[in-house]
Amino acid sequence: MADMPQPAIDPWNKPFWDACEQEKLVVQRCGETGKAWFPPSPVSPYAPAAEWDWMECSGEGEVLSWVVFHQKYFAGFAERLPYNCALIKLDEGPLLVSNIDGSNDAISIGQKVRVLFERRGDVNVPIFTAAGRS
Amino acid sequence: MRDKVCVVGVGNTRYGNFPETDSYGLGAQALVAAVEDAGLSFKDIDGLIVNRIPSYERFAQMVGINPQFCLPTDMAGRFASVSLTIAAQAVASGAAETVALVYGNNGRSKRMLYGGAEGGQWNPWGMTSPGATHAMMWRMHMDRFGTTTDDLGRVASTFRQHASMNADAVMRTPFTLEDYRQARPICEPLRLLDYCLINDGGVAWIVTTPERAKDLRKPPVYVSGYAQRDVFDQATPRDDFWYPALQEVAGEVYDRAGIGRDEIDGLMIYDNFTPTVLFTLEGLGFCPQGESGNFIKDGILELGKGRLPANTNGGHLSESYMQGWALIAEAVRQARGECGDRQIEGARAIQYACAANIASSIIFRRD
Repeated sequence: MADMPQPAIDPWNKPFWDACEQEKLVVQRCGETGKAWFPPSPVSPYAPAAEWDWMECSGEGEVLSWVVFHQKYFAGFAERLPYNCALIKLDEGPLLVSNIDGSNDAISIGQKVRVLFERRGDVNVPIFTAAGRS
Repeated sequence: MRDKVCVVGVGNTRYGNFPETDSYGLGAQALVAAVEDAGLSFKDIDGLIVNRIPSYERFAQMVGINPQFCLPTDMAGRFASVSLTIAAQAVASGAAETVALVYGNNGRSKRMLYGGAEGGQWNPWGMTSPGATHAMMWRMHMDRFGTTTDDLGRVASTFRQHASMNADAVMRTPFTLEDYRQARPICEPLRLLDYCLINDGGVAWIVTTPERAKDLRKPPVYVSGYAQRDVFDQATPRDDFWYPALQEVAGEVYDRAGIGRDEIDGLMIYDNFTPTVLFTLEGLGFCPQGESGNFIKDGILELGKGRLPANTNGGHLSESYMQGWALIAEAVRQARGECGDRQIEGARAIQYACAANIASSIIFRRD
């Protein structure tokens, strides 16, 4: 099986991917406004001069939208076609794109989801599943 | 800014698969056509903007010009309008008198891929390609407003019908809504016919002052007004369909041009994917938000039928994906009355608009 596409690690997202190794979902939080953001970056977009810290998320969120890929763009995803990608709003505020575990047909907008981690190559990738499922 | 600058020349190559040339060759060919169209000589050009041509310096060498104003612009299609407005500002300020803007793209013969590039933010999840971004936004739009993929199909089939009247268009065979429904899914909810056509091609425009335009070959087409809003605050596909940004653009562009929305005779809408057409109609206020599906369903965008013919060259969906450049050339030709079978009768004011993270619009006017 072809390799899954890997993240481009930079100084700002390295703590995020390191936390994924511990099965923790973390985002940065602005010291001035208290707002959280993703993807990781050197300063707070809400107050670039302010301090910030990393916070661990609850792992809970909501599906805002989703798509199903039929076109192969990555060799590593070829065997997963058709696979979904979903736009998720974390309870802490930030939006991110991820995958929903399970059938594409079971996804709906507004659905509550929670994080889990899947090994893809060298990284633990945070994906989501229906919040009620064990 | 009103009417201080005009487009006096436009030119384009054919569109298709041309491995025998490259973006320099395509750009040069388009510029030769634009210079001829304007009735200018290359010596008259004292400003140069290039897009998707790797080196502005090499390009200027090739066409033998030493301008006093020169700029390469970012390869994203949203930079078609940005390039034109920067040229307009240079001319209006006196930094240059006659600016050539040149686009050359050999993405098809080079097998340029829009999706799957290394380093993408969402690659570990398989999320890639502009098409997927628009698919994600359209799903939200359908959920929130009850629009459907058939609404997209009507956009696509309308533009194909227009392309059937354009010898430059790559795809000219009309299709029905049923054909659209049968097209293979690429990234659901979008299908093949929702996607633009990657091709090789070149487009050039020449802008100058109204005074300089007086003794040139073609009637000048004024850059009557323009407006732009940049929205860079979401790393994901946007959840607002660029509506607030486009509303702000609409709030300025008509005032700046000095005409109302109801005086617009035709639209050139950046159609990299069908949803942007509907987002644009809503954002600019041609219909209320969420109503674009109903708004277009009786053919308002169709040439010879509706009041607002759109993308009369076939647009990116059926002519070729020239990233806004060919749409603006079409706006100029429509305002001049040069479009033959696909001419919008009596066209005087044509509006270009792009729904993207740089949301923009330009109104072109003949008089």
